[in-house]
Amino acid sequence: MRIELEKRGRVSTLFSIVSPLLALVLTLVFGALMFWMLGKAPLGALYSFFVEPLLDVWSIHELAVKAGPLILIAVGLSICYRSNNWNIGAEGQFTIGAITGSILPVLYPAWHSPVILPLMLLLGIAGGALYAGIPALLKARFNTNEILTSLMLVYVAQLFLDWLVRGPWKDPQGHNFPQTTSFQPEAVLPPLLDSGRAHWGFVFAIIAAVALWFMMRFMLKGFEVSVLGQSERAGRFAGFSARRMIWFSLLVSGGLAGLAGISEVSGSIGHLQPSISPGYGFTAIIVAFLGRLNPLGIIASGLVLALTYLGGEAAQLSIGISDKASRVFQGLLLFFVLSCDTLIHYRIRLVLGSANSPAAKSAVSPSNQTAEVTR
Amino acid sequence: MALSKAQQAVPLLSVSKLTKLFGSFAACNGIDLDIAPGEIHALLGENGAGKSTLVKMLFGVLQPSEGQISFEGRPVTITSPGDARHLGIGMVFQHFSLFEALTVAENIALSLDPKIPLAKIAQEAASLSKAYGLPLDPNAHVADLSVGERQRIEIVRALLQNPKLIILDEPTSVLTPQEADRLFETLFKLRAEGRSVLYISHRLEEVRRICDGATVLRHGKVTGACDPKQETPASLARMMVGAEVAEIHREAGATLGDLRLEVSNLTVPAKTPFAVTLKNVGMKVRTGEILAIAGVAGNGQGELFDALSGEYTVPQDDAIRIRGKSVGRTGINGRRLLGAGFVPEERHGHAAVSGMALSDNLLLARSRSDRKAFLSGGLFSLIRKGAVSSATKRICDVMDVRKSGDDPLAGSLSGGNLQKFIVGRELDRQPSVLIVNQPTWGVDAGAASRIRQALIDLAKAGSAVVVISQDLDEIFEVATNIAVISEGKLSEPHPAGELSLERIGLMMGGIHESHSVPEAASAH
Repeated sequence: MRIELEKRGRVSTLFSIVSPLLALVLTLVFGALMFWMLGKAPLGALYSFFVEPLLDVWSIHELAVKAGPLILIAVGLSICYRSNNWNIGAEGQFTIGAITGSILPVLYPAWHSPVILPLMLLLGIAGGALYAGIPALLKARFNTNEILTSLMLVYVAQLFLDWLVRGPWKDPQGHNFPQTTSFQPEAVLPPLLDSGRAHWGFVFAIIAAVALWFMMRFMLKGFEVSVLGQSERAGRFAGFSARRMIWFSLLVSGGLAGLAGISEVSGSIGHLQPSISPGYGFTAIIVAFLGRLNPLGIIASGLVLALTYLGGEAAQLSIGISDKASRVFQGLLLFFVLSCDTLIHYRIRLVLGSANSPAAKSAVSPSNQTAEVTR
Repeated sequence: MALSKAQQAVPLLSVSKLTKLFGSFAACNGIDLDIAPGEIHALLGENGAGKSTLVKMLFGVLQPSEGQISFEGRPVTITSPGDARHLGIGMVFQHFSLFEALTVAENIALSLDPKIPLAKIAQEAASLSKAYGLPLDPNAHVADLSVGERQRIEIVRALLQNPKLIILDEPTSVLTPQEADRLFETLFKLRAEGRSVLYISHRLEEVRRICDGATVLRHGKVTGACDPKQETPASLARMMVGAEVAEIHREAGATLGDLRLEVSNLTVPAKTPFAVTLKNVGMKVRTGEILAIAGVAGNGQGELFDALSGEYTVPQDDAIRIRGKSVGRTGINGRRLLGAGFVPEERHGHAAVSGMALSDNLLLARSRSDRKAFLSGGLFSLIRKGAVSSATKRICDVMDVRKSGDDPLAGSLSGGNLQKFIVGRELDRQPSVLIVNQPTWGVDAGAASRIRQALIDLAKAGSAVVVISQDLDEIFEVATNIAVISEGKLSEPHPAGELSLERIGLMMGGIHESHSVPEAASAH
C-alpha cells in the first residue's frame, strides 16, 4: 500500500477553508498529548489554555491588545511574501517605529495639543518604512539577500532602543530605571471602551487588513503583487517592475510594523523601555502563513495566536505549566498549517497494493544489468 | 553486448492496455505498443495526445493506473528512472538537464555510480562518441557547446548505460538540417547493433525517412499503427489530428506598405556570461510583411526578443523605431501603446503565469494597452472582471482553445492550447507590429497550422510581423522575407523564394556571406 499525492487541476476551494481548521484540530490533539505526557489532565489543561482566557471581559480586551500588533504586522508581511520579498525583520521595523513615534512625547513632554497623536502615528509609520527601506535599497541596488539584512537589522534596532532608554532618553526623574518619561495624556492612544485596555491599535489593524484585502482582490496593484511573486519574468513581460515591487512591499510592511510599534508603546505601555515586544514581529510571520497570506484570514489567525500568548500566561498561573508551552503551540500550529496546505493543491489517494506487484521484484532487484552499466 | 537471436521473436518492449488517469481524466487510455529489437519506432501525436505521459511511464517517472509493461517478454514494474536504466531503457529528453558550468565528463558522471573515477568516464565517453559518430570533447564546458553538441552529451550519457531501448523526445527540434542528418547516422548504427529506438517527433518527413514502424496517439488512444514508409505526410498527419491538417493559404507577391518596425545598429552587450551579445542588428519590416528570423537556438534570439519587446530597454533610443517613433528607451507597455504585440518563447513563467487563471493571464499582457476596457476607478485601477472574462472567452472561441472549465489555470492547458491562447491574446488587439519568438515550439500540428495561418492573416490585414523561429518548415510556410541570426549577428533579409534549405542551414551554421547570398542563391 502506498499514499499518492495527485495534483488537482484547480485549487480546491473546500480545502482552502478546511485546511487551517484541520490544522487547528491536529494542534489541539497533539497539545493534549503533550499535556498528558507532562502528567496534567489533557482536557482540563486545554480548557485553561484556550477557553478560560475567553471567559472574562478584561481578558477579551487583552486578546485585542495582543492581536492588534500581530495583525497589523502580518498583513504587511503578507504583501511582502506574496510578492516574493522575504522581510523577516518586522520586529526591527516595529522597534524603530516605536522610537520615531516617541520623538515628540519624549522631547516635548510639555506639548499639549490634539495634533500630537496623529503626528506620532505618522512618524511611527515613517520610521518603520524607512528602516525597511534599508533592506529594500540593498536588495534593489546590490541584489543582497533581504532575509539576512532585514533579520540582522532587528538586533541593531533593539540595541539602539536599549542605548536610547539607558542614555540620552532616560527619564531624569526615573530613579535610574532604563525608561523614558511617561507620555503626556494627549500622546496616549485612547482605549476603545471603558471596560478594559483594548486601544485603537486593534482598529488600525482591522482597517489595514480590510484595505489590503481590497487591494489584493480588486486592484491592479494586487494583481501586480501576485504576478511578480509567482514569476518575475512574467511580471516584466506585463510591464511590472520587480525592483519597484521590492520598494513597495517593504515600505508598506515596514510602515505597518512601525504603526504597530508606536501603537503598542502609546496605547499599552505609555513610555519607551528596553523591551517593548514579546516577539510580535516574529510571531506575525506565523500569523501571516496561518492566515494563508490573505489579509482577512490574518485577522482570524492573529486572534488565534494572540490566544496562545494569553493561554500560556494563564496556564502558567492555573496549572503550573511553563509559558514556553505557548511557543510549542505556535510551532505545532505552523507545522500543521503548512502540512495541511498540501491538501489544497493535491488530493491524497491510498493505493491498495498494485495490479502487477509480483513483477515489482524483477524490476527492483539488481539484475545482471547493473554489472554492465559501465562496460 | 549481444542480444540473443532467440529474443528476436519476442518484442523488446510490449505495452498492453496501459492507462494513466489524472483524476478522472485519462491521459493515456488503453495503449498497446510493441517495439521489436533493432527497430526504430516512431511515436506520433499532437500535444496533449498522451505521448509524454506514455514515455514517462516507460521511464518510471509516472506509475500507470492500469495495464502492463513487458520488457524482453517479462512483465515489469518500473518505479523510477533508476529501474528503467537497470532494465536497459535510456532516455534523451527534449529539454536537456545539464549543468552549464561543468564539463561534459562531469555532467555524465552525475548520472552514474559515484565510485567510477572521472578519468575513466571521460575515456569511455570519448571512445563511445567516436564509435557512434558523435564528436565530443569530454573536457569541454557545457556552456561553450552548441545545442547539437549538448544533445550528444545526453545521447552518450544514455549509451554509457548500455541500453537496449533508447527513447528520444523531439531530438531534431533543436538541430540544423546537417546536425539532424548526423544524428540519423548514429541512430542507424544503433539499429544495426540490435538496439531499439523509440523516436518521438512532430516532423513527419523525418519519421518517414528513418522509422521502421509508427504508433499514432490521439486523445490518449492509439489511432493508428503503420509502417511510415508506406504513408504520406498527409496521411500520417490525418491519423494525428483526426482530420486533414488545414493547408496554409498564402498569396504570393503580397504588396508591402509603410515601414512599421525599423531596427538599426542595435548592439546589446551580454547580460550574463552565458548570454549572447547582439552585434549591429538591423532590420526593416513593412505592413503586410512577415520577416522570419531563422537560427539555431542560443544564437541571440532571446536577447533580440528582449530588446525588441522592451522588457530590457537599450540606451540608444533610435536603435528601435516602431511606427516612426524612437522607442529604444521605452518599456514594453509604451511599445504596446504604439500598437505593438509580443509573444515570448517560454509559455510558462514568461508569456503566462501557470498558477493563474486564463483571464488573469489576459490581463497580464494587456493591463496597460487596454486600460480603458479592463480597468476602472481611476487611480485605484480596479479590475473589471466581467470585461476581462468576456474577452478571455472571445479569444478562446476564436482560437479554439480547448480547456476544462470556464477559466482554468494556465498551467492546466496543454502546450498547444496555451500557445493558441497566448497568440490569440495579442491578435485580439489587432497589433500593427507583432513580434513572435518560436510561435509553435512544442506545439501539435493542428495548433501550429492554426497559429501560422493567423500570423499570415494578420500580415495580410496590414500588420508587420516578425517571426523568430528554429523551425525551417514553419519559416518557409509563413515568411515573406528571411534573415538568419547567428552568434548575435543578423544577416540581410532575403525574399523567401530565393533561399534554399541548404543555404539557410549553412548560414545558421555561422557562415556569413550576407552580401553575396543573392548571387549564390540564384546559382542553385
